[in-house]
Amino acid sequence: MVAEAKEKVNFKTNKSFPRQLEDEAIYILREVAAQFEKPAILFSGGKDSITIVRLAQKAFYPGKIPFPLLHVDTGHNFPETIEFRDALVKELGVELIVRNVEDSIKQGKVKEETGKYASRNALQTVTLLDAIEEHKFDACIGGARRDEEKARAKERIFSVRNDFGQWDSKKQRPEIFDMLNGKIEIGENVRVFPISNWTELDVWNYIKEEELEIPSIYYSHERDVFDRDGMIWSDSEFINKSADEIPYKSIVRFRTVGDMTCTAAVSSDANTIDQIIEEILGAEISERGARIDDKRSEAAMEKRKQQGYF
Amino acid sequence: MDILRIATAGSVDDGKSTLIGRLLFETNSITKDKIEALKTASQRKGLDFVDLSLLTDGLIAEREQGITIDVAHIYFNTPNRKYIIADTPGHFEYTRNMVTGASNASVSIILIDARHGVSEQTKRHFYISSLLRIKNVIVAVNKMDLANYEESRFEEIRKDFFELEEKVRFEGQEVNFIPISSLYGENIVTKSEKMDWYKGEPLLTLLETVKIEALDGQSHAFRFPVQFVIRPKTDEFHDFRGYAGKVSSGFIKPGDLIEALPSKQISKIKSILKAETSLEIANPGESVVLTLEDDIDISRGDMIVKVGEGPEIVKSFSAQVCWMDSNPLVAGKNYLIQHGTNRQKTKVSGIGAVMNVEIMEESSDSQDLKLNQIGIVDFRFAGFVYPDKYEVNPANGAFIIIDEFSNNTVGVGFVI
Repeated sequence: MVAEAKEKVNFKTNKSFPRQLEDEAIYILREVAAQFEKPAILFSGGKDSITIVRLAQKAFYPGKIPFPLLHVDTGHNFPETIEFRDALVKELGVELIVRNVEDSIKQGKVKEETGKYASRNALQTVTLLDAIEEHKFDACIGGARRDEEKARAKERIFSVRNDFGQWDSKKQRPEIFDMLNGKIEIGENVRVFPISNWTELDVWNYIKEEELEIPSIYYSHERDVFDRDGMIWSDSEFINKSADEIPYKSIVRFRTVGDMTCTAAVSSDANTIDQIIEEILGAEISERGARIDDKRSEAAMEKRKQQGYF
Repeated sequence: MDILRIATAGSVDDGKSTLIGRLLFETNSITKDKIEALKTASQRKGLDFVDLSLLTDGLIAEREQGITIDVAHIYFNTPNRKYIIADTPGHFEYTRNMVTGASNASVSIILIDARHGVSEQTKRHFYISSLLRIKNVIVAVNKMDLANYEESRFEEIRKDFFELEEKVRFEGQEVNFIPISSLYGENIVTKSEKMDWYKGEPLLTLLETVKIEALDGQSHAFRFPVQFVIRPKTDEFHDFRGYAGKVSSGFIKPGDLIEALPSKQISKIKSILKAETSLEIANPGESVVLTLEDDIDISRGDMIVKVGEGPEIVKSFSAQVCWMDSNPLVAGKNYLIQHGTNRQKTKVSGIGAVMNVEIMEESSDSQDLKLNQIGIVDFRFAGFVYPDKYEVNPANGAFIIIDEFSNNTVGVGFVI
């Protein structure tokens, strides 16, 4: 179909944040505090989880955030993300729980992937489920958004997972008006997505309006990179390069922050939030287009969610 | 910036996916890599065109079977508004999904295939849009290209729809009729030259100018279901006690006299907080914290209203219920209801007239309420509830029904 548009008007000029999205997210976070006994915020150090933390701070002010932060550390994080995480936790005075994929590997629960595309991204699900069981978390709050990916477009705000952390797309609870049903059996848990209805642009506009700090790798910087499959990869000891993949220096930034093994960089001079927003408005590639983990197959995300991934 | 929430519904063949794809495409909301991915996926399916339904059909089972199972959310924006489309499937558990998708919408788009005219499905769409009291309905007569862009065909369909409209439409509901071709982009963003007989605005202009319901919820009485009590007990805020919640309807200002339900204790608003900021007024949809002049006992599930403007406090009511579970609702059975933040044990004391939306037939002697049926149900409660009639104040007139054993949300009710 997509016949050529007659007159292309530039519609994507929006630069303000719809405040109703904040009200909605705060409402959801308060429902979590009221309906569950032991919730946690899943914190990756990326812009979406930073947004969640800010929303939680606002939702319970002047009280403290009533949830700990849980970080599943693959050991392949960007060092800038870890530095940022530690500074934020110190500033907010919230509890931080870190669980390492390295430990799950040592315990023989997961096997390190091998080969050119080896990544710990899929492995972290096991570490996450173990952490949920260990701490008896009944709700885990995450920064996933429906606009990111098509399996996520079908995700509920309260997403019930069974004892094995699995998502069953056919057994989702209807969410009608703003009423959220968090009633579960012992052993089950709920994944909560307060910014479900935000887009990438909404998140950046919010970060701008709230003047939030973000890890430095979101801004343009010089880095050792190499090319693979038409994407720019950050050179690191965690990636198995072939002989013809020669690193070189380039000015780049990251549009999303995952592991060093699954997040591609983009060529960019954007040094401020305004410049980042301009860049996104003109971007021809979607946000997760730079996620190597999504490229494994057409249904990569749905399959991971069935295993207990976010 | 405002958010406009739209519900679209329809079967696979009426061009709904193409329409959504068209809106995304024309507003520059699909990136190059997504279009490329669509092309590859379409080729893999052996199609010689780009199948835009693949954009919204996200689950493996949906793609395999070529059907939409679940409500998908699609986002785009213009400089004026952010748009959220709740796109619901036409075949599978239709009523349940349509009600879910439409529950947050201020606009409902009903698609009619110009070749086939008003169908059973058109009737269902309009019935549910009216049941949920969606004030703006846009009836888009699609595939006008296959009807030679003829005014007579459009008028014929409009006339058929009008007969239906008379029966179901409620006062204040606005129904707009528009001839379009999603495939060729006629009357989507710009006025169609091929249909110069149409004097109205193109679809996007209609959407850009629709009045957003939530904003005029201000004219209703103030309703504030308490979600959570904030008591920091820190040195700085030692005696602080605030009631966190979202304004359902109406507005409130510091100094206003309030009443807490169901205890009916009276106090005065001391301050309204939105995180670190103090507000002079809180409007519908705003998540705030209220502090009071007096130390009265209020907890989650209670409701703060203005003195003398509260709803009746009751232990029973009747409601129109849409059933969403494969196990039918039966009289005499216990359930839980969640009305705002108030959760109560309930017993179904009777079932009245039942509408079978799938075939649009009413029966008066039903013993139960089956999946996708809508019926009148009488409830008795263990504790107090304080709803408004849905017709009078939708924001405080709906509730969900939870099965005590499966924990699932099994139905939604509209208080009558």
